[in-house]
Amino acid sequence: MIKVKDLTDKEYLYGHKACPGCGMGIVGRLAAKVLGEKTIIALPASCMSTVTTQYPQMNFSVPSMTMAFPGTGAVLSGMSAGLKSLGIKDVNVVGFAGDGGTADIGIQALSGAVERGDDFIYVCYDNEAYMNTGIQRSGMTPYGATTTTTPSGSASIGEKHFKKNMFEIMIAHRIPYAATACSSYPTDFMNKIEKAKNTKGPAYIHVMAPCPTGWGFPSDLTVEIGKMLVECGLWYLAEYENGKVKMNLVPKELKPVKDYLLAQKRFKHLKEEDIKAIEENRNREWELIRKNWMK
Amino acid sequence: MTSGNKVSKREFLNGDEAVAYGVRLCRPNVVSVYPITPQTIVVEKISEFVANKLMDCEYIHVESEHSAMAAAMGASMVGARAFTATSSQGLAYMHEMLHYVSGSRFPIVMMNANRTLAAPWNIFGDQRDSMAQRDTGWIQVYVENGQEALDMIIQAYRLAEHEGIYLPVMVNLDGFVNTHTYELVSVPSQKKVDEFLPAFVSKNAVDFNNPRSYCMSASTEWNMEFRQQQHEAMMKSKKVIESIDREFGDKFGRYHGGMVKEYKCDDAEVVMVTTGSISGTSRLVVDSMREKGLKVGLVKLRFFRPFPVEYFRELKSRVKAVGVIDRNLSFGYEGAVGSEVKSAMYDSCGSPKFIDFIAGIAGRDIKKDDIELMYNKLLNLSRGQEEAELQFIGMRWQE
Amino acid sequence: MSKPQIVKYKMPECKKDMPLGPSSEAGVIIEPNAGWRVMKPIIDNSKCVMCLRCWLLCPDGVIDREKGILEIDYNFCKGCGICSRECPQKAITMVKEGKQYD
Repeated sequence: MIKVKDLTDKEYLYGHKACPGCGMGIVGRLAAKVLGEKTIIALPASCMSTVTTQYPQMNFSVPSMTMAFPGTGAVLSGMSAGLKSLGIKDVNVVGFAGDGGTADIGIQALSGAVERGDDFIYVCYDNEAYMNTGIQRSGMTPYGATTTTTPSGSASIGEKHFKKNMFEIMIAHRIPYAATACSSYPTDFMNKIEKAKNTKGPAYIHVMAPCPTGWGFPSDLTVEIGKMLVECGLWYLAEYENGKVKMNLVPKELKPVKDYLLAQKRFKHLKEEDIKAIEENRNREWELIRKNWMK
Repeated sequence: MTSGNKVSKREFLNGDEAVAYGVRLCRPNVVSVYPITPQTIVVEKISEFVANKLMDCEYIHVESEHSAMAAAMGASMVGARAFTATSSQGLAYMHEMLHYVSGSRFPIVMMNANRTLAAPWNIFGDQRDSMAQRDTGWIQVYVENGQEALDMIIQAYRLAEHEGIYLPVMVNLDGFVNTHTYELVSVPSQKKVDEFLPAFVSKNAVDFNNPRSYCMSASTEWNMEFRQQQHEAMMKSKKVIESIDREFGDKFGRYHGGMVKEYKCDDAEVVMVTTGSISGTSRLVVDSMREKGLKVGLVKLRFFRPFPVEYFRELKSRVKAVGVIDRNLSFGYEGAVGSEVKSAMYDSCGSPKFIDFIAGIAGRDIKKDDIELMYNKLLNLSRGQEEAELQFIGMRWQE
Repeated sequence: MSKPQIVKYKMPECKKDMPLGPSSEAGVIIEPNAGWRVMKPIIDNSKCVMCLRCWLLCPDGVIDREKGILEIDYNFCKGCGICSRECPQKAITMVKEGKQYD
């Protein structure tokens, strides 16, 4: 269990060029603290690689490699195999990929790497769109969100599809450890990183990283928006290990989704019936959660 | 099977198997594998070696060729010697990664079984796949037979890992004609190969005492300097290719000719430039035509990148006509090798007469008669007759 | 020092100085992010109870706790305001950049 006072003062991710209030900044910084010095980081094309590794500026204090967008899972396999073949032990091999680089273009490599059972940690930081290239929709963009490729208009409510469920996809692979998290619940997230670090084989953590720029809210509300997201049930905190799902946080009553949605510019155009549709989908998902995981 | 310390032994192997034996001798730490005809025997043979403890490496079954190169890149970044192999569609799929690997300066060696690219879908051999990767920054060598394939895998690692080079190397074998043809191959002893190719100590890999970031973004301010650096390394490799081949010749008794190997060109009036297995057939045609008193010669182009421009500039003053057999085609213009040979020989004083022959696409057989026809066309050209500069050979209909 | 400092980075002056491929030493920061700020956080240490919530949640890690009181590295604070918003004691105020305070 992580104790905040025992965490190192060392900052392994510092001085990066992310937007003010970036949820990914919290994610990267805290994960790096837990993982420590003997860590190698793989970064696909994404916000994280763009804001940290621009020659000669290098904001990580541990070795990293920026590489092609679709290949995070494969690079992690290669690093893990390389270290094993050279007899180098006790090194954390971590990939930080965005939602696009995980659920869309990166899903093949991730699936292959998990199926092979290589030893690595895969952190998907989810800001619900291709933020690095300017807020285009991804497979993880939620229903009703305005993005630059799914703008709301007279003939469109924005994104027409609900989020892809990567957590369940990883469970279907029978991965040794998978978890969902949110940057607004830092100790929960760090505990999960710690568990992933101690897992033999692949570990997957899907952490929501609210994006002030892309979602349209003031930069000081990042943590609050993340909390609202979990409290209204549009995201849940859970873990999958030893073949079972454990819910880490079950709100006694799911708050109405309206407050969360209308606090962000990307949902401001939604009408009553759209918000109702989102709430009904949330209810359906939670019915399944209660049926399958909370007996 | 050879054991570690015996002197070289002759084995009856096909081209793919010869590559596998070569890879085994190089002791890679990581092999990432995705099967595609006609490379499959390479990766199957390596997996047999691993399953019987004849090779000590991590064998990763990746789920695509893009991932094969990504995994090899990850392995090289942590200091491992990495190998992968592919062909045609797979090579095309990993195209982006080829740029990544050479730009990051990771010394990976890859075998490519030359096979045509769809559409139309076809599994047989031509060089359209590797020619399409010309500008990726990979050193490219084209081998003629199984022996040369085995030897070049070993030389490729020496070259890639050479100080100041650190560029990846692609060893090309013609699909089916070379990959699946059996011949006697001399397999050197492990001891001798270890002396020629020591264990890999990377100058571009993770060091926890001195942590770095690899393969970073570089803005407009720095990018062009990195590109120039990459280009200069490839130019520098020309001399290194020659010296490694000479050293290999001294140690193993086989010097393959460096970047270009001539055959009966000293007094030739016309020469044909070939790449890969067709060189062997062409040599037989040269011999038979010489018996008839015709002064023909063969130029076997071994390395396509870096391109031996200095050789061709010198060649033009010695011959009256040059032909190129291109097992590839750049639609809307001509064959890739032909284009480059022609431009290398061009200057303001004119250049020798030239014909680019497109032949052997998608496994169409190039017969000895076809080659003789091509030489006769060159001879016609050299005597002042008209010949089209681009000609398709071996077609159903000649129009 | 637990945080990388801005270094007067010696840029390559000739081809030989270039690294092998696009690579760079870890923890190299060339320039501050201070210029991004419109608002600036000020901590009132008399109200602070060292709960460390701001230290934990800062996306840029600029809050320093090593000396037993909290200090902000203004070279890298972007003025996002999360610390001020999240402080349970309301000990952090955001003020307009450029104003002088005692």
